[in-house]
Amino acid sequence: MVLSNKAQKRLTWWAFFIGAMCPLLLLVLSTVVGKLGADPAKEIVLELGLWAAVMLWLSLAASTLRRRVSFSWLMRYRRMLGLYAFCYAVLHFLAFATFIVGWRIDLLVQELVKRPYIVVGALAIIMLVPLVLTSTKGMQRRLGRRWVSLHKLVYVVALLVLLHIVWMVRASYFDAVVFGGLLLLMYGDRLRFEYLKYKSKKV
Amino acid sequence: MLIGKPDAIKSSEITPESVYKQRRLFMQGAAVALVSLSTGSASALTQYEFEDGWPTYPGPEWKRPLLAAAQLNKQFSTSEPVAPYPSVITHNNFYEFGLGKEDPSRLSQSFVSDPWSIEVEGEAAKTGRYNLEDLLKESELEERIYRLRCVEAWSMVIPWIGLPLATLLKRFEPNSRANFVEFVTLEDPEQMPGQRSAFGSLDWPYVEGLRIDEAMNPLAFMATGVYGQSLPPQNGAPFRLVVPWKYGFKSIKSIVKIRFLEEMPAVTWNRSAPREYGFYANVNPAVDHPRWSQATERRLPSSLFSPNIIDTLPFNGYAEEVASLYAGMDLTAWF
Repeated sequence: MVLSNKAQKRLTWWAFFIGAMCPLLLLVLSTVVGKLGADPAKEIVLELGLWAAVMLWLSLAASTLRRRVSFSWLMRYRRMLGLYAFCYAVLHFLAFATFIVGWRIDLLVQELVKRPYIVVGALAIIMLVPLVLTSTKGMQRRLGRRWVSLHKLVYVVALLVLLHIVWMVRASYFDAVVFGGLLLLMYGDRLRFEYLKYKSKKV
Repeated sequence: MLIGKPDAIKSSEITPESVYKQRRLFMQGAAVALVSLSTGSASALTQYEFEDGWPTYPGPEWKRPLLAAAQLNKQFSTSEPVAPYPSVITHNNFYEFGLGKEDPSRLSQSFVSDPWSIEVEGEAAKTGRYNLEDLLKESELEERIYRLRCVEAWSMVIPWIGLPLATLLKRFEPNSRANFVEFVTLEDPEQMPGQRSAFGSLDWPYVEGLRIDEAMNPLAFMATGVYGQSLPPQNGAPFRLVVPWKYGFKSIKSIVKIRFLEEMPAVTWNRSAPREYGFYANVNPAVDHPRWSQATERRLPSSLFSPNIIDTLPFNGYAEEVASLYAGMDLTAWF
């Protein structure tokens, strides 16, 4: 069966959309059947946070991969990945506020101001808001060049998220090394690209 | 006395009936305590029934009669509901077997904990190597139901079987220079995959310690059983410390060495992050861990939509028994 180009595109879009939602669906399923162990609160918060970071890193990888190996296919889903990162991050925060703090506002406020890793995490979510609001094609058109500058904010967000991860290290550096290493590669590549662009302009 | 058993169970899985009957049971895996015969402060060992399908840990032959003879020490036991058996044997922090809560129960089942010997060193008259079997055979075991409060802000109520730490330590006759006692966990990367991790930030073997007066406090306990049976590997088989007024990481597992020392020992978490984990590590809602609050705790099992979040008590509710140990000490500085 040969699908028309449009139908094929639509199908991949849905595959991507559902694929990125799978971690959430699996998490809900595990919760419902009681597979999360004795302390589901903690598991849910950690899992949602992990996927928020994974989605954000994937959205960053889209442009790196395009530059590097002209792998532009992921680029089409960059917006979706970014929006998913935001969704997972918001759920991550809501799960923390609900299951860990139990919406005790005094405790929540205290946590939000006193814990450096929570401060940077919250800041990262807040900084994603303008990016989410301007993520539509219409906004992209209206803002033009300023859209590109605004969305460079995502580089700061990712650094805050990395800091959030590093400050949570207790007994293993694994997460910090993996996420940090990937970010280093992507930022290094980006800087090199900017440098080459700058040099070629000068010549 | 033996009561008829279902034939389907392999003999290796059979646990003495005098300890508990394994039978299909009850709501949400809750273990129900069938207390009988209470006289004074001690009463017969609590009997537990487990849901089908969960592993049981009868322990080596020599240990079974000792466990079965244990009596519940009511004076030192809480009447709060105990955590369900599945939670106790699958929600464990035992980084020697991995960082995930379920890693220890998955990766420790072939751990060899019998025979087991303990090296006693330092400022005591009777130092040397002891067989756990010999040590326990001359002891009377008892059951104590304690609250366990983890530094990660969750807690459980757990029925241990063991002996007072003081009873054990006095047997080695510590001298007047023994101001501290240090405990060391087995180091065996072959058996303990967590000790092979390339990204770990902890030094092995795991080391913990107590001031000698803390160790001699009647609440300090050495456990060799839990839930009416032998201690499972993930819970620190065959022999672990239980100091219920301190954060759980003080209650060191699978102990192979006990040293009496003049100076305060360097303990694992304190060495790894001195700002976060003090030597004393007394449960204290007024002193936050730098990265999270210690004011409340999730009493497990905690259901999601009515989370069982309760206020944490000073010394985990054991202030009456232990607060005097720290009279005049600034507990913010000595956290």
